[in-house]
Amino acid sequence: MRLEHFLHEHARQRANKTVLVAGTRRVSYAELDEMSTRLAASLQQQGIERGDRVLVFLDNCVEAAISIFAIVKAGAVFSTINPTTKTDKLAYMLNKCSAKGLITHQRLLRVARGAIAPAGCVKVVIAVGSIDADVVSWSDAIATAPALRDVGGISADLAMIIHTSGSSGMPKGAMMTHQNIFAAGRSVMSVLENSENDIILSVLPLSFNYGLYQLLMTVMMGGTLVLENSFTYPHKIIQKMQQERVTGFPLLPTIAAILVQMESLKPECLPDLRYITNTAASLPPAHIAKLREICPRTKIYSMYGLTECKRATWLPPEQLAIRPNSVGKAIPDTEVWIVDDKNNRVGPGIIGELVVRGPTVMQGYWDNPEATARALRPGPNPWEKVLYSGDLFRMDEEGYFYFVGRKDDIIKTRGEKVSPREVEDVLYALPEVREAMVVGVPDPILGAAIKAVIVLMPGSSLSAHDIMRHCAARLEDLMVPKLVEFREELPKTSTGKLRRADLQSEFVAAGARS
Amino acid sequence: MPGVACVEDVVRKFIAENFLYRESSGEFLDTQSFLEAGLIDSTGILELVFFLETTFHIHVTDDEVVPENLDSIQQIAAYVQRKTAEQNTVQEIPNAPRALSA
Repeated sequence: MRLEHFLHEHARQRANKTVLVAGTRRVSYAELDEMSTRLAASLQQQGIERGDRVLVFLDNCVEAAISIFAIVKAGAVFSTINPTTKTDKLAYMLNKCSAKGLITHQRLLRVARGAIAPAGCVKVVIAVGSIDADVVSWSDAIATAPALRDVGGISADLAMIIHTSGSSGMPKGAMMTHQNIFAAGRSVMSVLENSENDIILSVLPLSFNYGLYQLLMTVMMGGTLVLENSFTYPHKIIQKMQQERVTGFPLLPTIAAILVQMESLKPECLPDLRYITNTAASLPPAHIAKLREICPRTKIYSMYGLTECKRATWLPPEQLAIRPNSVGKAIPDTEVWIVDDKNNRVGPGIIGELVVRGPTVMQGYWDNPEATARALRPGPNPWEKVLYSGDLFRMDEEGYFYFVGRKDDIIKTRGEKVSPREVEDVLYALPEVREAMVVGVPDPILGAAIKAVIVLMPGSSLSAHDIMRHCAARLEDLMVPKLVEFREELPKTSTGKLRRADLQSEFVAAGARS
Repeated sequence: MPGVACVEDVVRKFIAENFLYRESSGEFLDTQSFLEAGLIDSTGILELVFFLETTFHIHVTDDEVVPENLDSIQQIAAYVQRKTAEQNTVQEIPNAPRALSA
């Protein structure tokens, strides 16, 4: 089943039902279907063909949702990009997947233009709110209704490329077919018992797998999505949840940490909230207890997943009190197990890498055969490959899984992966930086806060703010170091190689003591 | 009670030191929206609230953490003025009878 099929079917069955609430705008299934068809036809008219890649460089807004469905209706492949991405990285991503189209916002055109020129592959640029002559305005793109050509797309076609941080420093684009998305959506919706009656509120960016799937699953289930851009003003979000009678709230430990600090949240203040989902890291028991106090009848689902397969495990809510640190067992229609360094399956109590098998597993990373070969490897059957997650796990005697840590240096901050190498590459672009190492330090809100430890060239007077400003101009917001420390030297091996593990464990130990 | 200009100066300094380093252009108007400029996120707002509570000895309630109060330097200054005025009024009430009998 292709994604657009669900939209079309729900538009037919429940045309006037609200599918999307974003700010003051409310969009019905019929409107989303109609507008995405118009944009799809416009994309085709401008030369977008089956299989072409079109990047969606927008924040959480109605136009982003329309774009995603329009791109798949045109037979093309979408990729949602974090709107705080800067020029160089956007150029890299455009170039890497030979993107033919880019849909953005007037506010982001400066960054977009800077990236389009060196990439050279982009033929179609549509900008929301723009009247500039060199781009197609959004209103023009959806103004007329040219006929949409059926390009014969099937569910085995790619639907999206979703980027994730790579340990090498450059993002990797996980390729997902419509079948992948359908399998993941169906599995997750079955454990959450989703139905057309669900109203989900999401503050997670559409560029983030977890946020994107809130939109995709809403359309699959025929429900309603209340789309917000951030959790900056929690009181406003709670009010919105009450007004819209929200039934599902996907959160991250960072959001939970802010939520439980709110004194005004009284028991039963969210009477319609049927479930909460959490992923990225398990919630501290104190936060679980507080959430239970605020929402005594709400089911809390602890989950684990990665961009390369969307979701791998879930913990049935009744197990949360028994094993709060566990991320549960495999989601329906998926198999997971743990292997040691010799690739042998290991039993309870032994730490090893989690392997995932099932229809949600990606097709590989776009134009990155080396990384693909590391992630997708031969499995128990000669005719298939399985996903090596890069995450270390252990299992208990009853078969429940526990996340232990990463095999590589990737830092998880606010639930998203950050490659320390990517930040270090940016730091080394400063001539005054002699040595730099980036680590994650324990943080009660962020999970891990990005910290840069720097050795400056003699005589340099760079300040921490200078370092942060330099990074903020080149990296997405979540990658900008929150902390900067200057040192005389960094730990090294006898051959002079920097020892990240030593520095990392120093901060983890300090965090554990505090 | 701090004056508006004084509050604005203190807030502007805090914003400049903690958030404005992201802005290369430097010039940031007192009426400019932090949200629109992408300056403050969910953890930034916690830092801002902590700063206001400790600097001006006010208690910022959950329902006051809204853009109407905190989304620009000018809005913050006006909010702090209101809060400190409210608190002073509340604190003065118990003293009133003593003042009368003096």
